[in-house]
Amino acid sequence: MRRLGAALLIVPASGCNRGILDPAGPVAAAEKTILINSTAIMLAIIIPTMIATIAVAWWFRAGNKKAKYRPDWEYSGAVELVVWSIPALTVILLGGIAWIGAHDLDPYKPLASKAKPVNVQVVSLDWKWLFIYPDQGIATVNQLVVPAGVPVHYSLTSATVWNAFFIPQLGSMIYTMPRMTTQLNLLADKPGVFDGLSSQYSGAGFSGMRFKVHAVPPQQFATWAQGARGQGKALDQNAYDQLVKPSSYVKPMIYGAVAPGLFEAIVAGEAPAPTAPQTTPPRMHVSPAPPASADSQPAPGA
Amino acid sequence: MLGRLTWNAIPFDQPIPLITSLVILLIIGAVLGWITVKHHWSYLWNEWITSTDHKRIGVMYVALALVMLVRGFSDAIMMRAQQMLAVGQSQGYLPPEHYDQIFTAHGTIMIFFMAMPFIIGLMNFVVPLQLGVRDVAFPTMNNVSFWLTASGALLVNLSLFIGEFARTGWLAYPPLSESHFSPGVGVDYYLVALQISGVGTVLTAVNFVTTILKTRAPGMSYMRMPVFTWTTLAANLLILAAFPVLTATLGLLMLDRYLGFHFFTNDGGGNSMLYMNLIWVWGHPEVYILALPAFGIYSEVASTFSGKPLFGYRSMVFATLAICIISFCVWLHHFFTMGAGADVNAVFGIASMIIAVPTGVKIFNWLFTMYGGRVRFTVPMYYLIGFMLTFTIGGLTGVLLAIPPVDFLVHNSLFLVAHFHNVIIGAVVFGVMAGYTYWFPKAFGFTLDERLGKIIFWCWFIGFYLAFMPLYVLGFYGATRRMQHIPDPTWQPLLDVAMVGAVLILAAIVLTVWQLVYSIYTRERRLDLTGDPWDGRTLEWLTLSPPPHFNFAVLPDVHGEEPYWTRKQTALREEKLIEEPHYEPIEMPLNTPTGVIVAFFASLTGFAVIWYIWWLAILGLIGAFAVLVWYSWRDEHEHIIPAEEVARLERERRRIRSEQIPTWPRPV
Repeated sequence: MRRLGAALLIVPASGCNRGILDPAGPVAAAEKTILINSTAIMLAIIIPTMIATIAVAWWFRAGNKKAKYRPDWEYSGAVELVVWSIPALTVILLGGIAWIGAHDLDPYKPLASKAKPVNVQVVSLDWKWLFIYPDQGIATVNQLVVPAGVPVHYSLTSATVWNAFFIPQLGSMIYTMPRMTTQLNLLADKPGVFDGLSSQYSGAGFSGMRFKVHAVPPQQFATWAQGARGQGKALDQNAYDQLVKPSSYVKPMIYGAVAPGLFEAIVAGEAPAPTAPQTTPPRMHVSPAPPASADSQPAPGA
Repeated sequence: MLGRLTWNAIPFDQPIPLITSLVILLIIGAVLGWITVKHHWSYLWNEWITSTDHKRIGVMYVALALVMLVRGFSDAIMMRAQQMLAVGQSQGYLPPEHYDQIFTAHGTIMIFFMAMPFIIGLMNFVVPLQLGVRDVAFPTMNNVSFWLTASGALLVNLSLFIGEFARTGWLAYPPLSESHFSPGVGVDYYLVALQISGVGTVLTAVNFVTTILKTRAPGMSYMRMPVFTWTTLAANLLILAAFPVLTATLGLLMLDRYLGFHFFTNDGGGNSMLYMNLIWVWGHPEVYILALPAFGIYSEVASTFSGKPLFGYRSMVFATLAICIISFCVWLHHFFTMGAGADVNAVFGIASMIIAVPTGVKIFNWLFTMYGGRVRFTVPMYYLIGFMLTFTIGGLTGVLLAIPPVDFLVHNSLFLVAHFHNVIIGAVVFGVMAGYTYWFPKAFGFTLDERLGKIIFWCWFIGFYLAFMPLYVLGFYGATRRMQHIPDPTWQPLLDVAMVGAVLILAAIVLTVWQLVYSIYTRERRLDLTGDPWDGRTLEWLTLSPPPHFNFAVLPDVHGEEPYWTRKQTALREEKLIEEPHYEPIEMPLNTPTGVIVAFFASLTGFAVIWYIWWLAILGLIGAFAVLVWYSWRDEHEHIIPAEEVARLERERRRIRSEQIPTWPRPV
């Protein structure tokens, strides 16, 4: 096992990570737009409602002699029509947005692009991420390298409990579930380094289940994959047995070869199951190493 | 002999649970000692523990809820402290195996043993009074329900001293909660406690649905029932439909864990997706089981303190029933990220948004109830306005989460955590606090201190905003929930602000306890002699505070939507009360120890099942069954309150009322 390849240039880390508010791909950008637009539509209703609540309560306070007391005003057809219509119309509008958005941004839907998608197989383990590049014949742990500007098609599963694969700046999270495969299509517009994480609690080492995503120019990606191939350790049966053992805050690793059909074997439940991560009381002691800060993580090309 | 139970189960090596356990044991010991020294046992036993009086049972539910609020909040502030301290290089003071138990316990306790008992307690106390009847349909079953809920609460809290609690999150998603990944007793504590209290909750629903459908005062037709009673009916119909699903779901998981079945396991053909669907078929209606009665409380408060009938009563009833039905059609929005496909996600997303329509209507109707009223800014009214402002924000973020592509960004994030606390604190907690303040004088004959009540409100209100608005922002930054360690040091300032909010909420809870103590000591200043301290409109304000055991000497005759208000206005106009009726003896149910004994055996069985002590489990089941058989064969069912006693109490009430007439506000 060796640190990620030396053939690449250093990718400058993004200075200020503002998560989903700082989209770096078309999926995240479209989802952020829907978020902002929907919020704006609803604020147009709720801000006046909030102001009216305070204003009405204050004006009709018991001590206000100017306010007209109408103790029997308890029904008005016109008012009822309006109060049913306002939320109903808002929901019709937002429902349209939801319908179109759910279809346009279906995670299974391939992204429109001239470039041929790169395939990555994602496996959540206790508590790290395994990324298999079936076409390149290599695999990485806790570090995802993808070509910028090229769609990436992810097939995802879990070798343990549920997790969710999420790169906030690229958009759309999706569950990884044992014995099942989910699909996700994402694209990074430009080269950059992004945070990735599991967003579905999965046990004791969950907080350490983070990884860096390096989007690099396509040419560099090809060079990196070429350079990695055949180098260092192979992800064979033995290595996989070691890998599934529970561990957290795992440093990035790379495998120069992958046993063919490993992902399919994991989905089929034929790969070795992970050992039980949580033992009976007396309590288990996970001792996560203090995580290295983002800068000290080896980047491709460092 | 003792199954899996050994000395290792006691957390000798863990100072936090050990010291907490010792302190709690000391407190319990002190309370029990005080009761013994003061000879209060027979009073407690006869007047409270074995009581079948819906009012007493209601008060016990609320007391349980307040104690559990303290427990659940202790968990909350520990989590906030951990996330504030465990940033960057630091790992904080709670290791994952402890932190994970804390957030699981927080969610479980706050929903099942704080919010549910609080709501059910208020229903118990208020609904028979609002219906103008003497008790619920099945008074003994009511007592059993309470004690089974208490039994569940006991088991959850026992996990602090003996063994451990689940580390799975409050819904115990498999396969994490399967024995392969969680071999300890934590998940078993969770499952068994919820199964026992779940039986209590279903029995409550049977009781309240029957009570509301079958036992109303003469003339109290459905469209004359107060809105709180309507929302109680809706919530109990939801319980009746949803809780059996929970029982079945947890039962299937128990089969997996105890007998090696494969419903939700990774191997053997199990499918964990099934659990997510089933648990949320219960879980989403559960939100409305809590929220609908809270909406009912707000409706009562809005009407009373605006001096007007509720605006759009029929609309409110229709909106309640609409929410009741639609809430069963939206469960899938809890897992849009499962990859179900665009059509499924879109349909469930839109169905979820539709709930915002009747809910929005309710907000507007409360607004129009205040419009043209004479709004008195009492503590419950503060909560109503605080709720209307806060809940609209919760509604906004809720609709955002219902849009699948937005959910793909913020699902499971701190944005989600902020959203559901926004609706649960903003609607349910504010609601029960309003109800607690509003009905307290009815229960005890004196009001709570108003000044302290307002301070408590501001602590809750500002505390909520400080604690959860930063979490919305952190959700945007990509912060996910249930993190024992925070990776990004730039999140520190927001986590610090959230901690300040938690401290303010701590102040609110401490002051709530202080308000109770202070109000008891200074009750002479705030006695409610009239039975109607707020110029109320519904039937509970007709009787004395606290009401006699039988509530009403003669069941009130109902003509119209606001029977008590009409009656009061007539009395004020004519300067006299209605003709004195003919008094008859009243039959009331006898007290019974059935509930507490059944719950004792249920707790034994539960504990035994958790620790695999099978002989004790069987013994407990036999014990509980024997008690029920013994109860079924009892000879005496009721005791009679003689007509003279009824007349004496009622004449006393009429005397007080007659004296009050000249001083009451005149109709306009």
